[in-house]
Amino acid sequence: MAILCDSNTRLLVQGFGKMGQFHAKLSIEYGTAVVGAVAPGKGGTSAAGVPLFDTVREAKQATGANASVIFVPPPGAADAILEAVDAELDLAVCITEGIPVVDMARAKAALRGSKTRLLGPNCPGVVTPGQCRIGIMPAQITRPGSVGVVSRSGTLTYEAVDQLSRLGIGQSSCVGIGGDPVIGTTFVDALALFEADPLTRAVVMIGEIGGSAEETAAEFIRSKMSKPVVAFIAGQNAPAGKRMGHAGAIIAGGKGRASDKIAALEKAGVAVSISPAEMGETLARRVPGLAA
Amino acid sequence: MNVHEYQAKALLREFGVAVPEGRLATTPEEAETAARSLGVPVVVVKAQVHAGGRGKGGGIKVAKSPAEARKVAGEILGMTLRTHQTGPEGKLVRRVYVEAGSEIARELYVAVLLDRAVEKFAVIASTEGGMDIEEVAQKTPEKIQTVHVDPNVGLRPFQARQLGFGLGLGAAQVAKFETLLAGLYRLYVEKDATLAEINPLVVTKSGDLFALDCKLNFDDNALYRHADVQSLHDPDEEEAREREAKALDLAYVGLDGDIGCMVNGAGLAMATLDMIQVCGGSPANFLDAGGGADKEKVKEAFKLILRDPKVKAILVNIFGGIVRCDLIADGVVAAAGELGVKVPLVVRLQGTNAAEGRAILAKSGLDITAAETLREAGQKAVAAVKGRI
Repeated sequence: MAILCDSNTRLLVQGFGKMGQFHAKLSIEYGTAVVGAVAPGKGGTSAAGVPLFDTVREAKQATGANASVIFVPPPGAADAILEAVDAELDLAVCITEGIPVVDMARAKAALRGSKTRLLGPNCPGVVTPGQCRIGIMPAQITRPGSVGVVSRSGTLTYEAVDQLSRLGIGQSSCVGIGGDPVIGTTFVDALALFEADPLTRAVVMIGEIGGSAEETAAEFIRSKMSKPVVAFIAGQNAPAGKRMGHAGAIIAGGKGRASDKIAALEKAGVAVSISPAEMGETLARRVPGLAA
Repeated sequence: MNVHEYQAKALLREFGVAVPEGRLATTPEEAETAARSLGVPVVVVKAQVHAGGRGKGGGIKVAKSPAEARKVAGEILGMTLRTHQTGPEGKLVRRVYVEAGSEIARELYVAVLLDRAVEKFAVIASTEGGMDIEEVAQKTPEKIQTVHVDPNVGLRPFQARQLGFGLGLGAAQVAKFETLLAGLYRLYVEKDATLAEINPLVVTKSGDLFALDCKLNFDDNALYRHADVQSLHDPDEEEAREREAKALDLAYVGLDGDIGCMVNGAGLAMATLDMIQVCGGSPANFLDAGGGADKEKVKEAFKLILRDPKVKAILVNIFGGIVRCDLIADGVVAAAGELGVKVPLVVRLQGTNAAEGRAILAKSGLDITAAETLREAGQKAVAAVKGRI
């Protein structure tokens, strides 16, 4: 078991340009079943050894696909998400960075009550070590195990996974939820999935400044989670009012500060690593015996 | 992206929101002409900079004649305005907006924004106009009303009425308020604003409503579909290095310390600043070179970092996913060689092609301190600034 994707995942690629093809190739090499790509107007042909389809519906019907990864550029990305929702795929993972907030707010509202779970946008995707890679993560740094990793940031996810793997601690699934203000799967959603996953024994959660998703997650951890959680919050020294790279990473109106998030998490019993270099060690101290 | 008050008001007018008559002026003479052409007994001369708190900083003055408008415009134009939002360095005033004075009976507050917690748009209204809304939210939260708007449904008239009656407006004014709010919401959505705020929203003695001051912020990611909004961009309002970084597609934020940072990925870049601080140092900047970082981009990033005279050491921290460490190493070697980097350089390469990258650095013959882990990178950078390596 794992969360979001495993060896049964049958993946489509929406947006099969240079980046889509490059990462599809890496996913195939990792053992992921990439069953088709959607390229309107090119249906019936193939590219990079992957069969092409005009629409997501058609691709799903022909291949039995249950998930899709979206590399479509920002102007068409929200439409691509909605097409995956319309085709009732179980999972849509949107890698695209720079989607207008209004587009995402509308897409998110349309997602409510639908069959599809959205991961992202502006996220690195998800890897279930040894089984499935969706997105752009360097899967070679992961190792199979029982720690769930969930993060708002891409490269910081790699940093955390690398620290765990170096300590011999494997991961159940590594999930990047994305750095935008409006995202499909939140910390709480991912934590609930990890809590329900029998393979996962502990969770590393990596948050950052901006918004209140970490505070909401803290409340969920306090009231609903039995598994131990370790956290790190990036941006402890970020100035107020400046956007720190991610569209969502901004301290506005005295809200979204790292110190408030850390306090909320600690109150919920989460072991928070103040140093970004000690995410792995903090977990190893908190939950002995994870290393294999 | 932020815009000036006079630009925001022109947009409000376009969307049917009433604003006072006003004219832009760049010289005291133009301000006098503007005041005369408005044909009212009292005008207000307002500094146009991207910052709140202009009144307290001396950037807004009342004039009772065109001659006085000329005099106060002369005082405001060319001044360096310091408010709680400009930072200690302040902002140079290049333009003033000369506006017809108004007879104010009440000052209210209204804004449209995204409520991230519920992922819907929110319309916020308050009886405490003219105040800092964050302060109102903290001290008297009961004086703030909020309605949430489903983005696929839009603001409904009943929601506007609910807020209007909640503000204590009479029936005739509520009808005007409904129209005003519909226009503000339409502007927010159609122009991809991230904040559309009227503060204060004024009720005049004759019962009219209009926007006395306003603030519009726009979604940078949506500017591609709004050439008109993009044309309002004022590069003078941005810090020079942040402006350059934007042109190079690098995310850069200047800070107070002495360790220049170049990192890939926003989260790791923030964590690198945290790491430096944990090690007892102080970062000079946030810089996310992004997923597409290559040799040329690394060189440009180095130039940008080195232009800051405070920088006494540079820390490069790359965790290659999409980014290839060997290409970054090429860039570091080229930049260090061509730019003649004189400050100590600490480089940590991890992830995709890290071994190849490290080999390139080692072979270059340049004085580069390699680091294996994030902790080591932070420690070595701090030690370098303190002259210990």
